[in-house]
Amino acid sequence: MELFMSGKATAANDTRWLRIHAFAVFAFLYLPIAVLIVYSFNGQGVGGFPPRDLTLNWYKILFEDGPIWEAVLNSLMVAFAAMVIALAFGIPAALALDRAQFPGKALFRRLVLLPLILPGIITGLSLLMLFRMADVKLSLVTIVLGHGTALISVATTEVFAGLQKLNRAQEEASLDLGANYWQTFWRITVPNLKLSIIGAALLIFTLSMDEIAVSFFLIGRDNTLPLEIWGRLRRGITPEINAISTIIFVFSLIAIVFWYRLRVGAEEATEVGAECAPAAESHEGA
Amino acid sequence: MFSRGYRAIVTVPPLVWVGVFLLVPYLLMFCHSFWSVSESQIIVHSWTLDNYHELFAKPVYWQTLLRSMWIAARVTLFSLLLGYPLAYFLSFHAGKRKDLYYQLVIIPLWVSYLVRAYAWKTILGTDGVLNTLLQYVHVARHPLDFLLYSPFAVVLTLTHIYTPFTFLPIYASLEHIPRNLVEASHDLGASPMQTFWRVIFPLSIPGVLAGATFAFVLSLGDFLAPLLLGGPSGIMISNIVVSLFGAAYNWPLGAAISLGMLLLVIGLIFFSERLEKKWSFS
Repeated sequence: MELFMSGKATAANDTRWLRIHAFAVFAFLYLPIAVLIVYSFNGQGVGGFPPRDLTLNWYKILFEDGPIWEAVLNSLMVAFAAMVIALAFGIPAALALDRAQFPGKALFRRLVLLPLILPGIITGLSLLMLFRMADVKLSLVTIVLGHGTALISVATTEVFAGLQKLNRAQEEASLDLGANYWQTFWRITVPNLKLSIIGAALLIFTLSMDEIAVSFFLIGRDNTLPLEIWGRLRRGITPEINAISTIIFVFSLIAIVFWYRLRVGAEEATEVGAECAPAAESHEGA
Repeated sequence: MFSRGYRAIVTVPPLVWVGVFLLVPYLLMFCHSFWSVSESQIIVHSWTLDNYHELFAKPVYWQTLLRSMWIAARVTLFSLLLGYPLAYFLSFHAGKRKDLYYQLVIIPLWVSYLVRAYAWKTILGTDGVLNTLLQYVHVARHPLDFLLYSPFAVVLTLTHIYTPFTFLPIYASLEHIPRNLVEASHDLGASPMQTFWRVIFPLSIPGVLAGATFAFVLSLGDFLAPLLLGGPSGIMISNIVVSLFGAAYNWPLGAAISLGMLLLVIGLIFFSERLEKKWSFS
């Protein structure tokens, strides 16, 4: 009994240290974000404790700042185009990895996923060499090609994970009932992968909006938002950058909440669905 | 069940795209590393080992590479020290709040890399938040100038950026541990410490390896944090590559260094995958 008690006491002790540690890590993770937001309202420029002369002036300056909004627009266009490319090639790539055999498949899988773990500088530079050899002028188009190619990895990973959970019996049934591959793909496969595809799309869009290492080497005359910010950071820092970052942060939070609710909703739906159709599970291996 | 046509349609376009935009560029990088630059700054397409000779002959490249690896190693270590206990806490002791905490770890990932590095700059600078705070509460009389423009600032910032990345695979591996193994260990009389070191930790090693590889590789190749916060003593290997591709205009030499980094990274991934397989259970 005594042993049991002491074991329990150390367990509670362990948890207390774990809690303190967790709190410290969260403080560390959120400190810069908090500073960023607070100092976007600071009248006295960036830094200086305590923050004083709270003002919305930086936001006003920001809204009148033409080049920043041009860069935001460029980034939105690039992110959208990169998302289309990454999905257009990433979804088939996931299907190919899931259900086709072809020579060089192992190499192909590694190659597709490589940009996910490779430092952006290598992807950026190797593409720069390609565009130089092919005599392609650097512009937003080359950035789109760079982002699209690098982010195929994200689309493939997400969709492949979705395919692993997919119930093949439905596709088989659809084909057996006379639908062709095209119909089966659009009516069965895609709806079942909806969540993975939306998740991948959101992730690709955000990653592209934020991407700087690849864009750094492929930039032409027009800036994306991170590169515009980068240029300004090198000239000196103003709370205007805090202000735009705060706005982006708020939009990211909205995207997360949106995505989270979508996923929770879908999970609840599949749970209900699974209860209604337990028989479908047994066909999964077929 | 899938026809030949179906397979061709899903296979050929991605293969072609990946071939043109990933495989060919890597091959070009390989080729460039054996080319040279003429006096008039034109890339000469004749094969030579000169770039590799220069890499081995000049200590600056080796020293910078070693310093980058040392920075990356510290980032990896600190990310693990921060990420592992957090993942363990979430997986085993967070109870109902688990999902909330998980989202709280993810959210900083959505804040731009650049913006977070910039935020650290505003915190660490001589007129920055930390220094003025220390003077405000009379802990320091003069600003501490070792905070910014040092390897310390780079390690701190990269640790901040890669801790969530390290956390994710560790958390995933902890979540996959069957809870009845932990219960069995308790029932058989093991203390919480013994259970942790003999059951939980060994089963989480694949996650630790994946997280560590990620943190090490990505911080090794970083060039923006050093430019922004590193100062002269915080220069990393990618900064040399950037200057070789920019102002110094020696693409072949830059390509040789990049190729070295690429091989190092692929080697590390390969090694870590082998280890992961060795430690994974199923």
